[in-house]
Order: sequence, then C-alpha cells, then structure tokens
Amino acid sequence: MSSPRLPAAFLQPGTTSFADFLAEQAPDLLPGRRAVPQGQAPGHAGELAPHGTTIVAATFAGGVVMAGDRRATMGNIIAQRDIEKVFPADEFSAVGIAGTAGIAVEMVRLFQVELEHYEKIEGTTLSMDGKANRLAALIRGNLGMAMQGLAVVPLFAGYDLTTDQGRIFSYDVTGGRYEETAFHSVGSGSLFARGSLKKLYRDDFDETGCVTAVVQALYDAADDDSATGGPDLTRRIFPVVQVITADGGRRLADSAVAAVADQVIAGRMTRPDGPAAPLMEGGQA
Amino acid sequence: MSMPFYVSPEQLMKDRADFARKGIARGRSVVAVQYADGVLFATENPSQALHKVSEIYDRIAFAAVGRYNEFENLRIAGVRLADMRGYAYDRRDVTGRGLANAYAQTLGTIFSSGGEKPYEVELFVAEIGDSAADDQLYRLTYDGQVADEHGFAVMGGAADVVGGYLEERYAEGASLADALRLAVEALGHNEAEHRVIEAGDLEIAVLDRTRSQPRKFSRLRPARLAELLGDRTPVPTAEPAEQPTDQTGAPAADTGDDGPPVAPPVS
Repeated sequence: MSSPRLPAAFLQPGTTSFADFLAEQAPDLLPGRRAVPQGQAPGHAGELAPHGTTIVAATFAGGVVMAGDRRATMGNIIAQRDIEKVFPADEFSAVGIAGTAGIAVEMVRLFQVELEHYEKIEGTTLSMDGKANRLAALIRGNLGMAMQGLAVVPLFAGYDLTTDQGRIFSYDVTGGRYEETAFHSVGSGSLFARGSLKKLYRDDFDETGCVTAVVQALYDAADDDSATGGPDLTRRIFPVVQVITADGGRRLADSAVAAVADQVIAGRMTRPDGPAAPLMEGGQA
Repeated sequence: MSMPFYVSPEQLMKDRADFARKGIARGRSVVAVQYADGVLFATENPSQALHKVSEIYDRIAFAAVGRYNEFENLRIAGVRLADMRGYAYDRRDVTGRGLANAYAQTLGTIFSSGGEKPYEVELFVAEIGDSAADDQLYRLTYDGQVADEHGFAVMGGAADVVGGYLEERYAEGASLADALRLAVEALGHNEAEHRVIEAGDLEIAVLDRTRSQPRKFSRLRPARLAELLGDRTPVPTAEPAEQPTDQTGAPAADTGDDGPPVAPPVS
C-alpha cells in the first residue's frame, strides 16, 4: 500500500471474499495467522488474554434478539466490566463472541468487512446461510490458535429475508456450524443461561418479552457463573441487546435495557431464583 | 527486415488520447450534482444489473463511463483498496482523495506505458463530508488527470451539451428532488430535442449525509424516482430550475421512507 498506483493484484478479477483477498495480499492481517510459541502447556496462552463470556440469542415472531453480558475475565481477574461482545455483522445480522476477546473482536471486524465487501462487489447481499458459512470458514482459520488455548466461539443470529424469520447459528472451534431453533447460548455461563431459557421461552414472544427473557437468562448465568457479569447497579452497566427484524438491526438504547433490567431485578428481590415455571403443562406455577 | 517507422512521442500520445476519447464518447453521459445533503449521480442506463454508479466506502462513491470491463476492474480495485485500508487502520482513514490519487496513478501509468492499451474510461470519485462545504468531487480522465469539480460535473458522450444545460440552471444547496429533476432534464437534453427519460431507464444514486447508517450510499429505486420526479411533461423551453424553497427540512424527510437500509437494491 506504499506505492500510489493500485497493485496489479487489485485489478485482477477474482475472489469476492475479502478474507481470501487478504490471505493472498496481506496474510499478516488475518486474525488466525499469527504463530503462538510452541512448547507451553495447553491453555496457558488463554490465561494471558482476556476472555469474553456469555452470549444468548432467542427468536420471536418478527425477528431475533441477541444479548451479551459485559464482563471479560483473565483467570480470576475481571479484565473489563463494560466490554461489548455483541456486534452488528451487517444490516440484518449480528454476531456475539465468547472466548479470547482480542482475537474474537478482530474476527468480528473481519467478518463485518467480509459481508460488506461481498455486498459492494456483487451488488447483492449474501444469503443467511452464506453468511453463516463464511463465519464458519473464518473460525476454521483460527483452529491453530484454538489448539493453543486461544479459542473463539461466536454465536450468529439474523433475520432471513427470504424465509421471513429470525435464525440462530452456533459454532464449534473447528468451524462446525449448527443451526439452532428458538434459542441458544454460548460461553462459560451458557449452561445456566440455556437452562433458564428452556423454562422461560415461549413461542408467542413479542419483542419486549423476548428481550426480558434474554435479560433473565443472563441474570441466571451471572448468578451461577463467576465469569459472567450481572447487571452492575452502581455503575449502571447493563447487557448489550441487539434486536433484528425485517426493518434491519438496531442496538437497544442503554436506557431501554436498564428499564428491563430494573424490572428483572425488582422481581428477583422477592424471588431471587427468578420466575417459576409451571410444574406440569397448563398447571399452577 | 524493414526498420520500424519513426513516430514522434507527441504523435504517439495524441493517437492514444484520440483512441481513448473516441471510446468514451460512444457511451451515455453521467451527471454528478452536489445538493444540500450530499452528491447525486444520474445516468441513463436501462440495465438494472450492470451499474455505472457504485458504492466504494462509507462516504465514497464511484461513477464511470466507457468500457464496462475496464471501469468494473477499477471499481473492484477501489473497493479492495478501501476495505483493506479501513481494515488495517480505521474506517475514517479511507479518503476520497487517496482513492482518486490511486486511480490517477494507475490510469496515468497505463496511458503512458507503451505496452498496454490506454483505458477508455472516465471516472468520478465523490466523497461527502459533514457539511456541503466539505463535499469533494473528483473527475479523472483516461490519462490520469484529476480535476477537482465544484457544484456539478458531466462526463461521457454528450458531456458538452449536458454540461452547458447544467451550467445555466445549477443552483447551490438544492433539495434532492430539485437536484434530481435538474440532472434528469439535463440528461434528456440535446441540441435538437428534449426527451423524457423513463424512470425505469434511469440509474440514480446518492451519497446522502442524512442517512443514519455509516454507509451513506443509496440507490433510488424506480418507485421512489417516480415520486420525486413527479409530473414530467416534456418542456422544450424548460425554465431554469426552481429555486430551492426548503433546504433543510424537505430532503431529510424525503429519505426517511427509503425501504430497508441496504445500499444496493435487493431485487
């Protein structure tokens, strides 16, 4: 990029993928290409770098909601209390990250450019499955780092304009891609969040109901997982909530999330374990 | 073996320039007009798939006339350059000036190198700023010359006639609807007659600083065009464009109902 003339490779017809172009032209800019020194115990590198924790996503009739807590940990230390782990990937999708924060944030940035690049070159957006597959390819490129303890496990959600519904995809470190129905969660607190959503999720959620459910689930995750941050009442730090509908994606204003979180907390004052689900279908709570 | 004929450098350059100019003059014109909220591009292009006006980056757009394969190559190179720079540094570090410079160097080198045929293209690179005073519009010719244009610019086939029409009627700070009407009238104007170009045959795109998204480029689809253009009976003795009445309120309201906020139309 030092010479003012466009390099010959830029003028060559070829890939529509920005990541592939980067791999040819500037491979050092790719997140997964840096060598981590060998010979240390697995997982060691992972303790040096901040980790993002819990992300939850759930669908409702007109779209999908994704939310993430605000804590990053480094071993037993809280590395950051207001980190943001849910990002818009493009107009109709969002990606939330769990795992090594530095690499994950870089991967999200690359993914955002990847989608925009395709859109500009081809003049049309990728299909929802196409986007999910591109993200899988980026994660696969990071496998070497994952083996050294620097794993990234994102959650991808978006509104599919062709089928008119919200969709959620989860991944493993090898780039395996799995479509989830209704709701899913990733990260250290995901077991508790998923258990919570299992009992709270309803098929007939509207947007507000869905947002409340994911905030409840994050509260439950923070309740039992030390690496997940609960609502911070003194600093007024609340989860990042991204809502995606047919009109596009938007991040809920902090004040709107705070209002939901305050309601959830008020409920927990009387019942710390949260709302009780009926014991039997149609039975009493 | 006979000796090759001597051709003077002046003649060589002139021949190459004539060759490029001829290719460019065959195509239809592209008009760029600065209006209150940004820059508007207009051209007559019946194809809905092969665009002459495209998005490069958040605030940067590209328009071209001439050979499609050549300017499409330049467009893709521009998108790659912009995306790579934005990824390596930051989105704010991608500038229209840098892109225009890269294009100028590329076109200039190709034009003066004996080995390659000169590109038969002319380009606009436009970048919008936070206010109309910060908007920039560059016009690049086949030989790598860069001109910094103000107000409006025309390139392609009937550039002189269209430019003359705009020269008489262009007013600064026009609303989107006024700028669009002026640009479309200019495109349909020639010495002999005044055509009304079908909304479906127009390719119109804007860099609109009132858009809430970081990506300010958007295409105006035929339905919205028809609404903005309104009644269009042929007016051979067209009066100068109306003076803009409401420069701030109207365009902002205009852009509110632009459908899902995706830059290229999802057809």
